[in-house]
Amino acid sequence: MPAMWHSTFILVMVLLAISRPSLASQARTEESQGTGNATEHTITTLPIVIWKWEEIHFPYLVALWVLVSWLCKLVFQQNPCLTSVIPESGLLICIGWVLGGIIYGADKVQTFRLQPFTFFFYLLPQIVLDAGYSMPNKLFFGNLGAILVYAVIGTCWNAATLGLALWGCWLGGAMGDIDTGLLQLLLFGSLIAAVDPVAVIAVFEEVHVNEVLYILVFGESLLNDGVTVVLFNVFNAFVSLGGAQIDAVEIIKGIISFFVVAVGGSLVGVVFALLITLLTRCTKNIQIIEPGFIFVLGYLSYLTAEMLSLSAILSCTFCGVCCQKYINANMDERSVSTVRYTMKVFANGSETIIFVFLGISAIDPSIWVWNTAFILLTLLFIFVFRFIGVFLLTWILNQYRLVPLDFIDQVVMGYGGLRGAVAYGLVLLLDENTYKEKKLMVSTTFIVVYFTVMLQGITMKPLVTWLKVKRAAVAERTLAEKLQNRTFDHMLVAIEDISGQIGDNYMRDKWNNFEEKWLYWLLMTPFARKSCDPIFNIFHKLNIKDATSYVKEGERRGSLAFVRNESKADVDFNKKFDADFSEMMPYIMTENMGPDHVPVSSILRDSVPSVCLDMHEQDLKMRESEDFDAHHVLQQHLYKGRKQHRHRYSQKHLEVSKDEHEVQEIFQRTMRSRLESFKSAKMGVAPPKISKHLKKDQPQKMPNGKSTENSKSHAYGDEDVEFSEGDSASGCEAAGSSFPMRAYRGAGIVNPAFMAEMDTMDPMPPMQQIPSWLAEAEVDSSTVAPSQRAQLRLPWTPSNLRRLAPLRLSTHSNDSFLLADSPATQEGISEPPPPPPPQDGQGRGTHK
Amino acid sequence: MGASQSAGTEHEFQDLADRTGFSLEQIGNINKRFRQLTNNEETLSREDLASIPALDNNPIRAQIINAFFDKRNLHQNETGTVQEIGFEEFLLVMTHFRPAAMGLTEEERENLRREKLRFLFNMHDTDSDGTITLEEYRWVVEELLSKAGIIGQETAKAIADAAMLEVAGTTRGKMEPDEFYEGITFENFLQILKTFDIETRMHVRFLNMDTATLRCGKSK
Repeated sequence: MPAMWHSTFILVMVLLAISRPSLASQARTEESQGTGNATEHTITTLPIVIWKWEEIHFPYLVALWVLVSWLCKLVFQQNPCLTSVIPESGLLICIGWVLGGIIYGADKVQTFRLQPFTFFFYLLPQIVLDAGYSMPNKLFFGNLGAILVYAVIGTCWNAATLGLALWGCWLGGAMGDIDTGLLQLLLFGSLIAAVDPVAVIAVFEEVHVNEVLYILVFGESLLNDGVTVVLFNVFNAFVSLGGAQIDAVEIIKGIISFFVVAVGGSLVGVVFALLITLLTRCTKNIQIIEPGFIFVLGYLSYLTAEMLSLSAILSCTFCGVCCQKYINANMDERSVSTVRYTMKVFANGSETIIFVFLGISAIDPSIWVWNTAFILLTLLFIFVFRFIGVFLLTWILNQYRLVPLDFIDQVVMGYGGLRGAVAYGLVLLLDENTYKEKKLMVSTTFIVVYFTVMLQGITMKPLVTWLKVKRAAVAERTLAEKLQNRTFDHMLVAIEDISGQIGDNYMRDKWNNFEEKWLYWLLMTPFARKSCDPIFNIFHKLNIKDATSYVKEGERRGSLAFVRNESKADVDFNKKFDADFSEMMPYIMTENMGPDHVPVSSILRDSVPSVCLDMHEQDLKMRESEDFDAHHVLQQHLYKGRKQHRHRYSQKHLEVSKDEHEVQEIFQRTMRSRLESFKSAKMGVAPPKISKHLKKDQPQKMPNGKSTENSKSHAYGDEDVEFSEGDSASGCEAAGSSFPMRAYRGAGIVNPAFMAEMDTMDPMPPMQQIPSWLAEAEVDSSTVAPSQRAQLRLPWTPSNLRRLAPLRLSTHSNDSFLLADSPATQEGISEPPPPPPPQDGQGRGTHK
Repeated sequence: MGASQSAGTEHEFQDLADRTGFSLEQIGNINKRFRQLTNNEETLSREDLASIPALDNNPIRAQIINAFFDKRNLHQNETGTVQEIGFEEFLLVMTHFRPAAMGLTEEERENLRREKLRFLFNMHDTDSDGTITLEEYRWVVEELLSKAGIIGQETAKAIADAAMLEVAGTTRGKMEPDEFYEGITFENFLQILKTFDIETRMHVRFLNMDTATLRCGKSK
């Protein structure tokens, strides 16, 4: 602990050092402004350096403050033992006090304070947008009813009861002599009634309560803004009108305005969400600023709603909630993570700033008016009525909920009613002429915010532990789980159908169907439609993970062994392919879908198994005899090949969307060229294209028996000639397509690295996806070539590429699935398949 | 139309209510629905279920329908399927979808969980041998993803394989080369779904169903 405080102290000193000059200059700014202009005109000589503080002081101060706030956060995060006790928001407020004290001590006046305008227009929007964007949609909409009840009725209840109770106490004379009235107190109640999203996020993020509880508190805090804004505006107007002029019409107007503000705000959000989504459909070519659109339009949705005097927070929330699914699918993966991170940077950053400034703003004697009774009663009422409200509403909701909220959940919900910066921002908006007790209200708001954020925030975690609140399961969703989930959903729908009801599941199913049928078509790019499926996504992620682990494993070993055993090469390429050619794939895929489509590539595909076979044999028998340098091979072929391909791709980049045939043509040509160089390498007919990698082929040929002599006599002296794919592509295109590839089967060559690449490029034969435990069985079932061919004609999907080899995680499986291919490919040379390695025996029992 | 029968079967319903935990009202509702599905016959056949129009869009309707005729789900310690089921069996299958009561003890909750998961497991384990083999798993996954349309059969197969491998990985840890994974047993199934709070999710609201306005709007 002492060390920690020490470091904190040092930081404060540093901060002081940073901020002192700026503060001092800030104070001087006004004075010097007038003279500054005068001096500039009267220069007599060329100044080398000019002190231009006046011109840049504003952005400079802003940047400094951002830096200071974030440094505070940094310090706290360095001390996990501290943040585990006190929530970060509380700590930030504390540091705000310290900083505020320093500033006040220096300037004798509070120079900096959080202005409502800054808060509402520069700090809040990104937090709300982030909240909406990262909202768990299914959970949110599943509990929307309950959330709305808490947000609307609960907030009204809080506001009304607090206002009335304070009014009662005031009438009873408990607060002494303060100049207020029922309406003013109701207004105060309404602005402080709303649970604050910023505070709730800050505290609940650290306490991992179960997801239903979290979404209820969190959703309430976001959605009650509509209510708060309306109540605030209505009461504000009422106070201005004066009690006498309020009649039934005005009250009805107030109620109507509630619906208009809330629903209108949400609608604005949905409209902007649509705009964003449609925009991301066509931002493929400007991926750099793609993420920017999300932020700008999200911000615009906030501003537009504010302009129309609708609920800006609701608008921004719904904008985020509605667009997240579609934009994540539409945008490039990199853009998605950019958006995600930037969103977090903004949200977290401004959250930090808000809390620091909540602390700083309080250190100003001029705003403090103390009225013990008023403040304490407010605290008490807020606390008590929140609990009463939660219990009451939950009791009503539980009558209808299938899974009732239990008592403990209710306690946490009640206790989680944190107030925060929104209340502070609203209370500052009050007009001091109308509200004589504005200062008291501001002070009370401060106390309430501090009380809820600090005390309740600190005690939240122990309380949750003590009550044994069901925690969130922090587990990565696995593919199997996702599949079960899907099955499960369909099952519930089916049971509802069978039992003849129209329940939640039924409605959700209908919505999903509608979404899939129309919204996907409207809002998503064709490629995104495929990848938006969550199951597919997980599958994809798994592939990437596998791929990464192969590469890591390979790099760890640092020898070529991994190229064959772990397929570093092809996996590596696969990743690249994945990233660079994802756009291209759907087209190729659809092209190959046609049943009668016998493209060159399908012939090429046949060559892959033979490659695999050879690799396999090599693996089996010649593993020890390899001694060439992995990196060299990789560099020479893989990298080149990849570069080459990318080059072609980028050349055609613009045409990709125009002409799918061309895309396929590119693909096929590349394939052909690869094949050609492969062929020539094997036959030794094209020495100029042979390069060093062939050296390693020699040992491989031996197991095949038939080409050992051959290979020795080949012109391998040309090792040093650079391998050039471009040449081979142009020169041997025709040969590639017309030459019967089957003749080469089992001829036994082959550069594993090169092949591996080919393997990736080429549609994976379905058999390669067979798990090891089935490998043996599959061998039995597919010894006939035509059947395999038929299989090969099955649609080739990107996933085939991605799921290169689902089983390579286990070290042996690579061998076994390669083995699986061997019989089919070997039939050309009528060699019986080599006996499967022992581990394949495991498959026999499995397969029924 | 159920009114005349319900008078005679009052006692029977009470008995069923005691055994299944449904309320009399719910049993009455389900009975109404049952009669409607069977066209007032005593037993329900596969065709009756298959003819429900709303089920057409369900990718796993075959599995669901099978579940109703699976002896394992009928609380009988035997395996195999039956051709037709009576109301009691229908109700027994429905009990799997009853929401959990409040205030369950930890043990009861666990039992409920196992029971519900068992239903799900049985749906996958088509040959009732206690393991979901890859074949069985693939079948379900392919069916499941078939409606999506955008995911091809090959991909579905690959996904099934990947998921199976994942299960093998999580339940077995690292597998030795000469080891083989014969399929998902129920224990494995429990293990992979341990974060899946099925006991709070696998339920259907058995409302008062009005057979006349069925599927025309929410009754009650």
